[in-house]
Amino acid sequence: MTTELLAPPERNYLSAGYTARSWLLTVDHKRIAILYMVSITLFFFVGGAAAVLFRLELMTPEGDLVISETYNKLFTLHGIVMIFLFLIPAVPAVLGNFLVPLMIGARDLAFPRINLLSWYLFMLGGALVMWSTFVGGVDTGWTFYTPYSSTYANTNVMLAALGAFVTGFSSILTGLNFIVTVHTMRAPGLRWFRLPLFIWAHYATSLIMILGTPVVAAAIFLVALERGLGIGIFDPKLGGDPLLFQHLFWFYSHPAVYIMVLPSMGVVSEIIACFSRKRIFGYRFVAMSSMAIAVIGFFVWGHHMFVSGQSVYAGLVFSFLSMLVAIPSAIKVFNWTATMHKGHVWLSTPMLYALGFIGLFTMGGLTGLFLATVAVDVHVHDTYFVVAHFHYIMVGGSVMGYLGGLHFWWPKITGRMYPEWWGRFSAVLVFFGFNLTFFPQFVVGYLGMPRRYHTYPEEFQIYNVMSTAGASILGVAYLIPLIYFIWSLKYGPRATANPWDARGLEWEAASPPITQNFETTPIVTTDAYPYAEDEQRTEETLLV
Amino acid sequence: MTGHVAHHFDDAEQQFHAANLGMWIFLATEVMFFGSLFAAYTAYRYMFPEAFVAGSHSLDVVMGTINTAVLLLSSLFVALAVNAAATNRSRAAAGFLVGAIVMGVVFLGIKAVEYADKFAHNHVPGAHFQFHRESEGEHAVDGEHHVSVNESAIPGGDFQAGHNSPDRTLEKRVELFFSLYFAMTGLHALHMVIGVVLLGIVAYQAWRGAYSQTYFTPVEVSGLYWHFVDIVWVFLFPLLYLIR
Repeated sequence: MTTELLAPPERNYLSAGYTARSWLLTVDHKRIAILYMVSITLFFFVGGAAAVLFRLELMTPEGDLVISETYNKLFTLHGIVMIFLFLIPAVPAVLGNFLVPLMIGARDLAFPRINLLSWYLFMLGGALVMWSTFVGGVDTGWTFYTPYSSTYANTNVMLAALGAFVTGFSSILTGLNFIVTVHTMRAPGLRWFRLPLFIWAHYATSLIMILGTPVVAAAIFLVALERGLGIGIFDPKLGGDPLLFQHLFWFYSHPAVYIMVLPSMGVVSEIIACFSRKRIFGYRFVAMSSMAIAVIGFFVWGHHMFVSGQSVYAGLVFSFLSMLVAIPSAIKVFNWTATMHKGHVWLSTPMLYALGFIGLFTMGGLTGLFLATVAVDVHVHDTYFVVAHFHYIMVGGSVMGYLGGLHFWWPKITGRMYPEWWGRFSAVLVFFGFNLTFFPQFVVGYLGMPRRYHTYPEEFQIYNVMSTAGASILGVAYLIPLIYFIWSLKYGPRATANPWDARGLEWEAASPPITQNFETTPIVTTDAYPYAEDEQRTEETLLV
Repeated sequence: MTGHVAHHFDDAEQQFHAANLGMWIFLATEVMFFGSLFAAYTAYRYMFPEAFVAGSHSLDVVMGTINTAVLLLSSLFVALAVNAAATNRSRAAAGFLVGAIVMGVVFLGIKAVEYADKFAHNHVPGAHFQFHRESEGEHAVDGEHHVSVNESAIPGGDFQAGHNSPDRTLEKRVELFFSLYFAMTGLHALHMVIGVVLLGIVAYQAWRGAYSQTYFTPVEVSGLYWHFVDIVWVFLFPLLYLIR
């Protein structure tokens, strides 16, 4: 294929304007997606830098690089930045923003100006968190537990909490926009059960965003009232219950894990179908499992409080409900696997990330069952076992999905191909580095190493050295795509409208799409993923 | 007036539907936001019923009742405004909206009087909080049992068993009641202020004749918001003032 001779469309959303103003005041969902992409990439490397520092500290049992207070501030910074400023917006605000209107054949999201407002709120929240760091940092952990956060912490809790509060509104506005868009702006013929699974996943995610986020906003609001004005809702001196804060906090913050991982599951469904050349197995089950995860996810928060003084009966009920989430999650994993069965599987870069997602998410999910079991949780609570578990979900799951999606839709977003060999190399390196970082933490956590301490007994050193070595590999593996993605913007071969021969309305738009997305509104006549079962994929039709 | 249809919508009906749904979803987030505070209220009321009754007795039911009537009246004005706008009477809609705004300001004024009263009686949570158990509300006057919370405001004070008289403990629990009172009514008042500004903008547009049968979306969605803020008060009033 003579890729070099392909010219990009003369007018596309990227060539619509080159001034700073044309970017900062844009209401085009695709440009806002780019704004988000640049922002969260910056925050990702800020959060990553904090992780590098404390992983270096943990190389040795003694506290020799930073003092305990600095260590506490580092892991707090890492948590707040990675969760509120990277993982929550990563897939929805970048890929979702770009693709939701394209996939449903719309010209934009329902509320373009609110979409831009959400980016400004996100940046304001991010600026507040950065400000809190530059004036001395926060040491409460990303969870802001009371009464430490409300009464005793002498660090910049208010600034950081306000930052989290403001980014919450940005997240609510994104979710609101997606729900209204999917309800009101689908192309003619695009019935609900013809929607790509990416859309279903984002719809489910949006439900959590709009129903969960306000609750953590209220919890943070009450902490701010207590810290700032002495209106003591959680103050034990008045009889206030710190456990109440934990209830309100986890009511959002557990479902927030599904905000992070559901959109990545949507990405994986798209990639698996495309690179297996098959319609996804059990489409309706996969679609409904997203909804089930969103709904059940609201009733499991108590498993964070098994040892916080919650009643035993509440603990048992939450234990049972937490295990229920495993069912829709397993439905997804089995159906992706069944989709690949007898498919024409091509191990492209996005596919490698998707496969990595399945493996790591399965590990994270199964260890979640350990933690949902009250008796086991009493043993491993607040140990590195928990740290390893949620990193398997949030990094092994969410970040793998984000990177896979970024590679899959990079030609659509930029009109350029990334270098495939480097892509595969870094995908494998991410998988290897990730496991070396976090698998030892399962072991050391089970052996009893608590989280959030900067010193530890000498017998745990070998696991921590492995972890730090893995983190270094992981860091390099994340830098490689950053470099070749930027390189590809100028030197990458031009992409066709549909370089993967994939199905879906977004591939009918030009690469990069025009500002209005489609020349004429598409009309949908088939179900999602109409890949012919007997289709013979030839390497020549695909850009390698 | 198809001129009001933004470029990404097909027609006015789709745009109206989207705006309306958007406001309903926003209100769902508001329900969850206030719902967290109602959950906190429920938990503490269950834990400390006596203190909540004592705290509630110091609130002025007459003021609360007047405010409830004022807000319900404002919602009626808003409903009339939506009806007027939808039947091509944009100026009449402006008049009704001004009526609703006046009612909203009256509500905030009465609320301010109540707050001032709480300040005067040191019922505002914080260092100066005081609560005289026997002299409040319907109980007989007996000031001897008063103890300022300052004296007991030592770290972890309440957990040091044996050092707190029942009255001192009750005073702290009542402070918790007032913390919730101010958090909930303060947040509600903030929503009222936003609502007044919102209705003001819409009223101005309505006066200029911007709305008609084919386009009255802003009146409709800001009306939805106003009704929601009204309904929050309809729940706050019995919980704080009436259940004793």
